[in-house]
Amino acid sequence: MRLRNLRLTTRYQDDLVLFRTRLAMAGMAALLLAAVTAPLVLGDFWVTVLIYAGIAAVGAIGLNILTGFTGQISLGHAFFLGVGAYAAAVLAGRWGLPFPLWLIGAAAMGGIIGGLVGPFALRLRGHYLAIVSLGLLFLGSHVFEHWTAVTGGLTGRAISTPIAIGPVNLDNLAAVGIPLNRNQGFFYFTWLVVGVLALAAKNLLRTRPGRALQAVRDRDQAAEVIGVSLVHWKVGAFVVSSGYAACAGAMYAAFARYVSPLDWSLFLSIQYVAMIVVGGIGSVAGAILGALFLTLLPRLVEAGSGRLPFLADAGSGGGITVFALNQMLFGLLIIGFLLWEPMGLIELWRRLKRYFASWPFSY
Amino acid sequence: MTDFLQLLVSGLSIGAVYALVALGFVVIFRATGVINFAQGSLVVLGAYLLHQFAVRMALPFPLAALAAVLVTAAVAMLVERLVMRPLVGQPLFASILVTLGLVFVIEQVCAAIWGYDLLLIGDPWGVATVRVGAVTVKLLDLWSIGLTAAVVIAFFLLFRRSTLGIAMRAAASDPEAALAHGISPRTIHALSWALAGGLAVVAAMLAASGPKGVDLTLGLIAFRAFPAMILGGMDSTEGAVVGGLVIGLTEVMAAGYLTPNAPWLGTNFHVVMPYLLMIVILVIRPYGLFGTAEVRRI
Repeated sequence: MRLRNLRLTTRYQDDLVLFRTRLAMAGMAALLLAAVTAPLVLGDFWVTVLIYAGIAAVGAIGLNILTGFTGQISLGHAFFLGVGAYAAAVLAGRWGLPFPLWLIGAAAMGGIIGGLVGPFALRLRGHYLAIVSLGLLFLGSHVFEHWTAVTGGLTGRAISTPIAIGPVNLDNLAAVGIPLNRNQGFFYFTWLVVGVLALAAKNLLRTRPGRALQAVRDRDQAAEVIGVSLVHWKVGAFVVSSGYAACAGAMYAAFARYVSPLDWSLFLSIQYVAMIVVGGIGSVAGAILGALFLTLLPRLVEAGSGRLPFLADAGSGGGITVFALNQMLFGLLIIGFLLWEPMGLIELWRRLKRYFASWPFSY
Repeated sequence: MTDFLQLLVSGLSIGAVYALVALGFVVIFRATGVINFAQGSLVVLGAYLLHQFAVRMALPFPLAALAAVLVTAAVAMLVERLVMRPLVGQPLFASILVTLGLVFVIEQVCAAIWGYDLLLIGDPWGVATVRVGAVTVKLLDLWSIGLTAAVVIAFFLLFRRSTLGIAMRAAASDPEAALAHGISPRTIHALSWALAGGLAVVAAMLAASGPKGVDLTLGLIAFRAFPAMILGGMDSTEGAVVGGLVIGLTEVMAAGYLTPNAPWLGTNFHVVMPYLLMIVILVIRPYGLFGTAEVRRI
């Protein structure tokens, strides 16, 4: 049925398609074009920021599978990023595995450890699970800080994980005649991974596994009664989500080339949770949007801080520094979105679309 | 033996502070069903206010403490009214996150007012010590244990004997039945936040005493008191006290005996030991030692 340009869902298959309209397909093409041109027109700084945003997007998609789709609250996401980073360091640095293998290996390592943690969610619910995940994060940080052989202890360690297929090495693209610097190359690599993993998540979530996870989220005992195995799906969600996080951690290590145990802090976990809240809980696109928004915002505030007269210099004691302003904004964003737009930025976008789609009957 | 007694006293002293913080969690959780991750920020705010009243304005300490309790309780009530009330009936996830968001806002507002430097709160006990037999005891430790005991007894009397306490328990156990008896859940929610604010100031008084002082890292005390609340069971006031003391003793005993004898565990193992204990206990008893098991319907 069509109401001018508003297409209603009339068949079950309509809920499963990737692109509901030609316009959506065109929109995706435009996004692709933007992604291809962005590193060519933006300065090095913003390309770097967008690389970190892409890495965050991978982690946020993972957390959204666990929290948004399966309803398991986790404050331990940062721990799995750390696992991924150190797994990549060992696999590539010590064992000398080539590029795709160490990334896949790091993700698998995250998945395995996620699978070990998952069973806690079978025994504990809600608040108790949130606090236990917090405990696991602290225990994990303790291990990271003291397992010096792998993590370098509190001083951190340099990590060398080359991204190269044959002669094409991201560190030196000019050697094979590609006129891109490392950041530009890394940008394409990161967002390619984001695209592949977003598609994988979308496929997972629009088919049977997605429905099973949502059943677990909405009423887990009822789900079990109709034949959705909690053991299978809760642990499965932990495995997939941790795998995504570890992949993000490995990419972070590969790009930053230096990691410290302090990188995998509670603050990082909270940032990931904030990304899915601000972007949109239970939406793959929302996770990407949230990651972009929360990575770009502090940099934009810094860039514009010269024009904000009420800001104090760092170290002058008292007054609002740029850092304080960013932290405050971060807190206010979480609170504001939860109070006024609990479905996040993606819902604003959907509402905008509905408004124009149902024109002139929109209200 | 002397070592053991020494550790016992300081363990109980730290445990008493954890118990006060955990009691703050429990008071809010029982009345509203929300874990207040911002309890640590209320402790920070309380400590800064103590500094403000006792050091900058040079009020006598008891008066400064009273003023800090009143202001912190008022701020806590304001937070409840503005932020928490619109979220009543929303999923658990939302309430957890909103309190996490509050952490950033409250702490940065404090930093904007008082800066990032370590400030003293002008408490009267400072670094003085007392000798009891062979054991040297800090005056602070005695105050911690005594003050916490007094607060805990006052809370038990409030909950068991006073009309207000019974109203709070009624609203927590069955909000609709309580409403039918004329108990307003809104008042109860506001009061429970105010009580938690007051408790936070008492905890701040002990946690930021003497040379320890207050800066934003004081807020981390909430994360160290979580195991105390969880261990005892989130809705149990007795559990909070027992949990606090157990966690305090675990931490100090681990620092005293485990770290020197098992260096491979790492230097700060005593800090994470309470979490290890908490996880082990939760796997055995998913609702803590004294918590009520949740009844679920399909």
